[in-house]
Amino acid sequence: MGVQLPFPTPQIEYSLLLPVLVILGAAVVSVLIEAVAAESLRRTLQPLLAFGSLAIALAGCVGLWDQRQVVAQGALVVDGPTVILQGTLLILAVLGALLMMESRVDPAGDPFAARASTIPGSADERGFGARRQTEVWPLFLFAVGGMLMFPAANDLLTAFIALEVFSLPLYLLTGMARRRRLLSQEAALKYFVLGAFSSAVFLFGSALIYAATGSLDFAGIADAVSADPTSGLLLSAGVALLLAGMLFKVGAAPFHQWSPDVYQGAPTALTAFMSAATKVAAFGALLRVMFVALGGAAWDWQPAVAVIAGLSMLVGAITAVVQSDIKRVLAYSSVAHAGFILTGVLAASPKGLSGSLVYLVAYGFVTLAAFGLLTVVRSPAGEATDVQQWAGLAKKSPVTASVFSLLLLTMAGLPLTSGFTAKFAAWSAAWGGWQTGVVVIGAVSSTIAAAFYLRIIVSMWFSEGDDAVVVALPGLGTRTVVGVGVASAVVFGVAPQLLLGLVDGVGVFLR
Amino acid sequence: MTASPALLVAVPLLSAAVLLLTGRRSDRWGHWLGCAAAVGSFLIALNLVLSLAKQPHESREISQTVWTWISVGGFNVDVTFTVDPLSAVFILLITGVGSLIHIYSVGYMEHDDNRRRFFGYLNLFVAAMLTLVLANNLLLLYVGWEGVGLASYLLIGFWQHKPSAASAANKAFIVNRVGDFGLSIAVMLTFVTFGSVAFPEVFAAADKASSTTITWIGLALLLAACGKSAQFPLQSWLLDAMEGPTPVSALIHAATMVTAGVYLVARCHPIFDLSATARGAVVAVGAITLLMGAVIGIAKDDIKKALAGSTMSQIGYMMLAVGLGPIGYIWAIFHLLTHGFFKAGMFLGAGSVMHGMNDEVNMRRYGALRTAMAVTFGTFAIGYLAIIGVPPFAGFWSKDEIIKVAFEHSWVAGGAALLGAAITAYYMTRVMLMTFFGKARWADDAHPHESPAVMTIPLVVLAALSAVGGWALLHVVNLETWLEPVLGHGEGELPFSSSLLLPLTLAVVALGVAAAWKVYGAGADIPVSAPRGSWFIRAARADLGGDLFNEKVLMQPGQRLTATLVRVDDSVVDGAVRGIGGFTTALSARLRQAQNGFARSYALVMVIGAVIVALALAMVRFA
Repeated sequence: MGVQLPFPTPQIEYSLLLPVLVILGAAVVSVLIEAVAAESLRRTLQPLLAFGSLAIALAGCVGLWDQRQVVAQGALVVDGPTVILQGTLLILAVLGALLMMESRVDPAGDPFAARASTIPGSADERGFGARRQTEVWPLFLFAVGGMLMFPAANDLLTAFIALEVFSLPLYLLTGMARRRRLLSQEAALKYFVLGAFSSAVFLFGSALIYAATGSLDFAGIADAVSADPTSGLLLSAGVALLLAGMLFKVGAAPFHQWSPDVYQGAPTALTAFMSAATKVAAFGALLRVMFVALGGAAWDWQPAVAVIAGLSMLVGAITAVVQSDIKRVLAYSSVAHAGFILTGVLAASPKGLSGSLVYLVAYGFVTLAAFGLLTVVRSPAGEATDVQQWAGLAKKSPVTASVFSLLLLTMAGLPLTSGFTAKFAAWSAAWGGWQTGVVVIGAVSSTIAAAFYLRIIVSMWFSEGDDAVVVALPGLGTRTVVGVGVASAVVFGVAPQLLLGLVDGVGVFLR
Repeated sequence: MTASPALLVAVPLLSAAVLLLTGRRSDRWGHWLGCAAAVGSFLIALNLVLSLAKQPHESREISQTVWTWISVGGFNVDVTFTVDPLSAVFILLITGVGSLIHIYSVGYMEHDDNRRRFFGYLNLFVAAMLTLVLANNLLLLYVGWEGVGLASYLLIGFWQHKPSAASAANKAFIVNRVGDFGLSIAVMLTFVTFGSVAFPEVFAAADKASSTTITWIGLALLLAACGKSAQFPLQSWLLDAMEGPTPVSALIHAATMVTAGVYLVARCHPIFDLSATARGAVVAVGAITLLMGAVIGIAKDDIKKALAGSTMSQIGYMMLAVGLGPIGYIWAIFHLLTHGFFKAGMFLGAGSVMHGMNDEVNMRRYGALRTAMAVTFGTFAIGYLAIIGVPPFAGFWSKDEIIKVAFEHSWVAGGAALLGAAITAYYMTRVMLMTFFGKARWADDAHPHESPAVMTIPLVVLAALSAVGGWALLHVVNLETWLEPVLGHGEGELPFSSSLLLPLTLAVVALGVAAAWKVYGAGADIPVSAPRGSWFIRAARADLGGDLFNEKVLMQPGQRLTATLVRVDDSVVDGAVRGIGGFTTALSARLRQAQNGFARSYALVMVIGAVIVALALAMVRFA
């Protein structure tokens, strides 16, 4: 008689987990390289490893297109939304990595501090000078790995682990800007403290939900919710805290206050990646939790989400109007965008799901490109992010000014740009019934939002500029990022069918 | 052979792309390419309209689907351009008057370093405006709508070195956003109600929708029209828009773009036919604006602003007419066309005067120019006779019909239209007398001279159209019959004998002219600096409170809200903490010493947020 093992051997579908495993595996290898390889070798090996693993993962992701399966003992799900979110995240990661490689725009070197642990302004720091550091790569890969897991997680614990896996490296990376290091470090600390706080809130919410339903996996929660509608108070409190924790990550009001500070302080290359990819990963997870686990209680959470959506759109749009730093303008505009996406979530229907996904894809590429473009406009002190410094940019570089104008108009949702497609998809899902009010608030907000996008455009084209500000010629990487952003804005605007069809094809969440 | 409607849009669009993308390389020939594109699209438009005329009267239509823009489930939006009798008259107006203004600009902008870019924007405008009128669905119309807006802001702010130009562009943009919001609501309402945004499908199903919905769609469309056409209460941007180069004022802010609101209402007339409330609102807006614009026109010393007030007022007439229902649609479009002729002509005339007077716009500095600039004077005079409605000039035919149908509608509408005619006669006579008659009050360095032929030829053509265009449209082209398949036909009844109307109108106009003659006519001494004037003139100079309205209703509450939100966002918690009491105040002070930055308050806001979410959930569950 064989010995009865206390645990059955877990069954892992390695082939279906390929994207996640490749990236996390590469991250581990990357740490090893950091430990053993010589500096010059590291500088070649690390980016090679990153791009190689991203390419393999992306290919794997394409191979998963038709898979609809719960994997890894119920911890993760591979279904249509997972694949499209992971694919988007991987492309965004490739583009983000290209920005991180950029070393032509800043005479001092790449965007990251040579050694983050040195005290800003010290002789120690100067000693490292223009050296380039490679520790950002393992951190980056871990962040990507966590992001890939987050929208695929099928229970609250896996979701929490994924959340931490991608959050911790981001906190560190935020503090690594080569220039304005104090600002960068302050941002990192704030991000960390508040992030830890929101993680605790998330975890507490999960505990309460477990107490209310006796389950952590989404299917179990869904069963309990539909079977026992009287589990009121505990479940409500749990859902509220869980929502608060996730809304922090997507940067919805009133959980948004960290984002302007962090966006401003972080190295712009990282801000670009973070603002796009975090939103995609976190909204993916949020959608899965709300639709799969709590879909049966939609009537309960919809009003709360409606309030948050309306608040985000208004606060984001109105506050952005008076900002004088372009990074902060974009940060507040991303708060408003979070509200627009939440409008799709609010619909709690397959149309709402596809609307939100369309919005995420369209928004991700354009935001990444916009932040990428910020790095090329420079003053002697580094990036010129004050709106005043962008005045008269059209005279210095008509191409930069035109491209940035197009990206801003896309964010404003001008027809024939992907921004319009996105708003159309998200809003048409929510229109009808009582959610109509939220859509109207959205229309009002986007009217206000257009004002501050235009303020930048007007100042670029119609004002006299500051001679100290110059436009640096970026390397191929940054140009690729901007090119992809512009192409997505135009193609998905003129032929939205490409994007709408793709997203419609992926179907709904697998339970 | 019938040309393709898409080509009509593509020609100016391509030319704009070439002009804007090739940069300085095309400086030498850029303006001629711009003109060629405009004339080319005019020829295409002519070809299209002639082909259209060969089709049977009841079903004239040339349609071309370029591609399917959106297709989700049963919902389709095609990029389809449709030429029907209504859009036909518009494409001729846009490309015809547009071509003349392009040619005129070659001379007017000769000394401007950025002339090529100017032509690029003008071409862009023409392409967008054509898209607007050729669109067969609301979404594509929206594209054109935003496009003409964009071109308009670029052109208003074209002389960016003037801060007033940049701020005028900004103002136009912001006021127009309010209108665009209306259009986006209308598009969404239409989509949700009918599951389609294509005009034929929407109009066919319009009578099945609830009357409340129809009224709301109508009101949202009206809001859009008010923004674009500078109608009350969104009128204030138009006067500032005169900061743009004068050809722009002629093309965009007189002849075409600002009439897009009238087009929108006329195009969507099946919606307005079903809602008396929406129609009533249109009439009210039109009547108010036609009087407001005319009164503003009385007080302005800046020749372009006087003409801008007049544009507002004339579009008010069109709005009034288009709100009257089937009896008015055709006359609104008719007046839109004649106004396009004479107002474009007069604006170009004003530009010609400015060109000869070192860009002076103050009419108090003009006077006695009729001999120095004979062609400009002659053509301006024809425009003048047309706008005040002297037979047989163009404006007489159209304005007279609008006054007639306004009386058929009600005494109030008719009275407003008649009163407007008197004021129009007054302020236009004033412009005429101050500019071309009386004593020369020129600045010392002014040497008025006639403009070059490239500028005067368009003036002559437009003058000819202003002279005979009204009669020709009515009796040669048979505009009434031409538009009937699209706009329908209505008969009204005058509350008094119809033989009284013409003498009444002419008497009122004569009264206005005489009054102006008394004040500004022969021998009148016009001071070079403006006298303080009565309260009425002062109010009119201040645009009848248009800016005050903006400031009080749109700007100040907005600023206050923004400031409050920023304050809340930055320091709500500090405030809240201070409010709670001494203990917490002390604690907060200590905490502030202990840490810098606001991470703690951010966290507290997050807690408040979580509580809000929890409360919202609890309210649903336990309410």
